[in-house]
Amino acid sequence: MQALSIRKLTKTYANGVTALNGIDLDVQQGEFFALLGPNGAGKTTTIGIITSLVNKSGGSVSVFGHDIDRDIGAAKSCIGIVPQEVNFNQFEPVETILVNQAGFYGIPRAVARERAVRCLKQLQLWDKRHATARTLSGGMKRRLMIARALVSEPRLLILDEPTAGVDIENRRSMWEFLRETNERGVTIILTTHYLEEAENLCRHVAIIDKGRIIENDLMSNVLRKLQSETFVLNLRAALRTPPTLPGFVATLVDERTLEIEVSKDRSLNDIFVRLASQGIDVVSMRNKVNRLEEQFMRLVRGAASGDAATAEPDPAATQEAGR
Amino acid sequence: MSTATDTMPASRARTDWIGFRTIVLREFSRIIRIWGQTLLPPGVTATLYFIIFGSLIGRRIGMMGGFDYMQYIAPGVIMMSVIQNSYGNVVSSFFGARFGKHIEEILVSPLPNELIVAGYVAGGIVRGLLVGCVVSAVALCFTHLSVSHIGLTAAAVLLTSTVFSLGGFINAVFAKNFDHISWFPTFILTPLTYLGGVFYSITLLPSWAQLVSHGNPILYMVNGFRYGFLGVSDVDVRLSFAIMGGFAVGLYAFAVWLMRKGVGVRE
Repeated sequence: MQALSIRKLTKTYANGVTALNGIDLDVQQGEFFALLGPNGAGKTTTIGIITSLVNKSGGSVSVFGHDIDRDIGAAKSCIGIVPQEVNFNQFEPVETILVNQAGFYGIPRAVARERAVRCLKQLQLWDKRHATARTLSGGMKRRLMIARALVSEPRLLILDEPTAGVDIENRRSMWEFLRETNERGVTIILTTHYLEEAENLCRHVAIIDKGRIIENDLMSNVLRKLQSETFVLNLRAALRTPPTLPGFVATLVDERTLEIEVSKDRSLNDIFVRLASQGIDVVSMRNKVNRLEEQFMRLVRGAASGDAATAEPDPAATQEAGR
Repeated sequence: MSTATDTMPASRARTDWIGFRTIVLREFSRIIRIWGQTLLPPGVTATLYFIIFGSLIGRRIGMMGGFDYMQYIAPGVIMMSVIQNSYGNVVSSFFGARFGKHIEEILVSPLPNELIVAGYVAGGIVRGLLVGCVVSAVALCFTHLSVSHIGLTAAAVLLTSTVFSLGGFINAVFAKNFDHISWFPTFILTPLTYLGGVFYSITLLPSWAQLVSHGNPILYMVNGFRYGFLGVSDVDVRLSFAIMGGFAVGLYAFAVWLMRKGVGVRE
């Protein structure tokens, strides 16, 4: 079953800005789905329309088969939303925020209290249950918004940049929690600017740019489409000029750091063989950027140049440049 | 894990009722939490009105409409407090929710627009009634209050509170900043209330001023309420209730329409 089905969705704001240009998107039940895109691409507008915070200009949206035009109540009862910005009453106690949110979803108060206790414990906020929300730290506020979204036990959880501004320790514990939530059967849609986060968590990715979907595939397929990767090699001895590496683009960043762009059809072994033959000893190696980030940038740059289909660089051209 | 649909009670009406009740309880707890801003000031203001207009000036005025002046103004002072506080509660609470974005908590929930409006209006009525009780208690310290028609008194206060709660809601929907939520109460509501026969009978006015006063809807509300207490009114009581009912229905329909269109709350 499809958790979310979007067809020809358009949105033009009152100031004339077209945020969505007829997007189609399907998210299967149980999916952990990344919706990525640069700032202003249309991610938050899409989420706003799904959750009825933004009025659409055209197209259709269904949540678990409930069309938002015909049965908005049933559609909304399936959704939990973690917005980009803090949007709870800063003067209310933490537990009250959760109990009230459950109440808005029609959950009886006694049940709401039980769920609030469970969610607060799961998100490590139990000790803060009586605290006024404004006294929480930034990371706690993010966790509170996740707890609030889960208190109605949604079938579809939408997270709009949930880890923005959260320290790495908290971020990783939130990843673990979201992974467990997804394993319990909750469909998750995640937008994030941390592409490492999307690559780690999500099985499916859609990339949106200028109101159009420019990529929509399994994460593994998207990464496989990556035509080249850039590696950073740390060298034991200093170099004055880049080594000769036919077929590769090598740049000397500093005397002990070498960047090499490797196209998909070339073997990393070639590099080491050639470097070893020139007496160059490699101490360590890493990807210059996250693989998804590299592919993301290629797709967005490709779209910006006017044709997403030609976003992929021609491997032959890359090799030519290397020569 | 159970899902929202699995655990949802069978009746949609029940879930809607729980959602509506949650808004009202939240409003009630807000009113109580900030009682120093919500319940105390109307009591202080009413005390001053009764001391100045009732005891000091009222003694020189003597009788009005066949009643002691203090007794005559008491229903008007109570109604004035109900009007201002019903309006003020909804306009500040709903605009605050928009400003702080926590209105989104309700907007993303399955609660229908009709009940979102009704919930906030009920919150305004609760504040109006609580303040009405406080001011009535103050009035009892200065004068004797007897109720001629308890049903009409209750209907008048409920309808008036509903009308002005709806007014506050609509103001909050259109307001873009905190100035906008004070303009209408300061420049429209307060003058209309003072000129709506709270402190006098319009029969004291010249005929042209009486005619103008009949264009003021608050005149009908104050007199409907006064009739419930004292059994006297400057206007036809049936017309009073028709106007109150008409405004309540019309403003509710308009408020729900605004919510459906998403004015002020959805982009």
